[in-house]
Amino acid sequence: MPEENKGNGNNGKPGGLLTRVTTGVKEDLEALKTDLPAKAKEQVEILSKPTKTQLYTSIFRHKHDDTPRNRALGVLSNVFLHLHPAKVNRDAVRYSYTWGMGGITFYLFFVLTLTGVLLMFYYHPSKVQAFRDVLYLEHDVPYGKLLRNMHRWAAHLMVIAVELHMFRVFLTGSYKKPREFNWTVGVILLVLTLLLSFTGYLLPDDQLGFWAVTVGTNMARATPLLGHEGPFGPQLGMTPYNDVRFGLLGGSIVDANALLRSYIWHCIGIPIIASVFMIVHFWRVRKDGGISGPAPVVLDSEVKEAKK
Amino acid sequence: MDWNQLWQILSAPDNVPIIAMIPLLAFYIYLGGKQALANDKLITELEANPALAKTHHRKTWPFRPGWQKEVHVWPFLLRVEFLAAIIVTIILMVWSITLNAPLEEPANPNLTMNPAKAPWYFLGLQEMLVYFDPWIAGVVMPTLIIIGLMVIPYIDTNPLGSGYYTWKQRRFAISTFLFGFVILWVSMIFIGTFIRGPGWQWFWPGQTWDHNRLIYEVNRDLPDIFGISSNLWKGIFGAAVVGAYFLIGGLIVNGLFRRSNPKDYKRMSLLQYSIMMTFFLIMVALPIKILIRHLFHIKYVWITPWFNI
Ligand code: HEM
Repeated sequence: MPEENKGNGNNGKPGGLLTRVTTGVKEDLEALKTDLPAKAKEQVEILSKPTKTQLYTSIFRHKHDDTPRNRALGVLSNVFLHLHPAKVNRDAVRYSYTWGMGGITFYLFFVLTLTGVLLMFYYHPSKVQAFRDVLYLEHDVPYGKLLRNMHRWAAHLMVIAVELHMFRVFLTGSYKKPREFNWTVGVILLVLTLLLSFTGYLLPDDQLGFWAVTVGTNMARATPLLGHEGPFGPQLGMTPYNDVRFGLLGGSIVDANALLRSYIWHCIGIPIIASVFMIVHFWRVRKDGGISGPAPVVLDSEVKEAKK
Repeated sequence: MDWNQLWQILSAPDNVPIIAMIPLLAFYIYLGGKQALANDKLITELEANPALAKTHHRKTWPFRPGWQKEVHVWPFLLRVEFLAAIIVTIILMVWSITLNAPLEEPANPNLTMNPAKAPWYFLGLQEMLVYFDPWIAGVVMPTLIIIGLMVIPYIDTNPLGSGYYTWKQRRFAISTFLFGFVILWVSMIFIGTFIRGPGWQWFWPGQTWDHNRLIYEVNRDLPDIFGISSNLWKGIFGAAVVGAYFLIGGLIVNGLFRRSNPKDYKRMSLLQYSIMMTFFLIMVALPIKILIRHLFHIKYVWITPWFNI
């Protein structure tokens, strides 16, 4: 900036700046003396009612005092809970009706995802490392053994729970109109649950998993039309190197490729597919009118035959 | 009695879930059965007394005046779910602390495990390998189970028993499902886990696993018994036997079904009826094949150059 344009901004009155600054500062200090305690008091008041803060109200969108409205909103305004309706039939919460098995299956799936992700931090799906990783998990990783045990037993429990869930749905006739489609979705979930468990079996790369998967996939050789030992397979040009089993294992024996494929199906493929079907499943439970019962009994004499 | 052997099988960590499943299944059959019987009693009462049926609340527990029909999910449902999650977590924790997941020697393709068993939930299918060729036990059966389960809602035309436990109103459906689930699925898993030993041979609980035991079982094929030797005639004969099974079996089941479930019979379309018949007859064929193996040592019924049944 050129030298001659430099002014003190004070219209030529020397010393004006200093006085203005000092009086200004004095004013500020005076104001602070009264404002600070007042603002502090105000702040304390605000903080003593945390539910009134902007931060809080931006997260929680309604009050929580125990009114019917808030009970409903607590469910409806929460993304995780809003799968539920606000209210259900009073009998539908009876444990003896649903046995809670669908919910328990889902909870176990959740536990398995959590423990599974933690296991993935320590596991390499390669023939060199896989088995050692499991040993490492068992002996050196803090809580590694507990982690592995929980993942394994939760998987077994999930298979049991899903079978019992299906059993309950059958016994209560809950697959009948209008829930037919959700039953089929359920059957797919059952298959996916078994496949999840089965693909995980190979991952420790020990004798147990290896032979179980060998036995299991050997059956694929015998697939009609598509297996090299199955009916009409050879006639269609199937060999051990191009049939379905080869596709499943990524080879003609259970080896490194099979381990990798197992791993990817187990940790990525099937969980994603299963999640999608679960979303549909839960959505349909709601759309089909909520849980099917316990419904009032219907008498045979009351059934109106549909006109054909 | 070889207690050590028995203990080894029972305490194999991967077998524990099955041991847990048996009492669980028993408990839930009881729980469902109890409610079914209570409902059936109510149904009988209401059927006998149409006046009561007009006024009655129609559930086995009385509805008190003043009660609300609906309750809030929060807290009444969520607390149940929360409690269930806690209980499951505790069970899982205790189980995981007390029992270690199995880890055997590193995988070794040159060292065959004997017996080599599939995971427990597939042992029913593996057990079927004794009686059927792998393409049936390993591929066709699972496919049929999946499709068979999926078609259930579309072939069960009985409108009764939707949303409550009952036995009286759904005898055929429930007994068929119990047969498939408990007898064919669960008990085969049980046999596969606790009975089958080396060479997939039958060892009673407590019997020592003898790795060298050989069984000279002379199995014959059905055409051999009838002295049929030419391949062509074997094929034709087998097809005739299987066809006859479906025809005669179908006629018998048809005769029974339309008498015991006349309303369902009337309601079902031809397609529904034939799908039900097909799945039902195939399912019943399993124990029949098992029986003729044990009674007459018959291995195959139908022999062709491409497949044997
Ligand atoms: C990963 C597996 C599965 C999960 C997480 C799951 C979850 C659930 C949940 C939470 C419910 C609500 C009621 C309850 O808890 O009983 C439900 C209902 C239902 N599920 Fe599943 N389920 C699964 C598999 C199956 C299977 C294998 C079937 C049948 C083959 C099935 C058929 C149904 C049907 C028809 C309903 C509606 C029942 C009613 O309205 O009473 N689901 N499921």
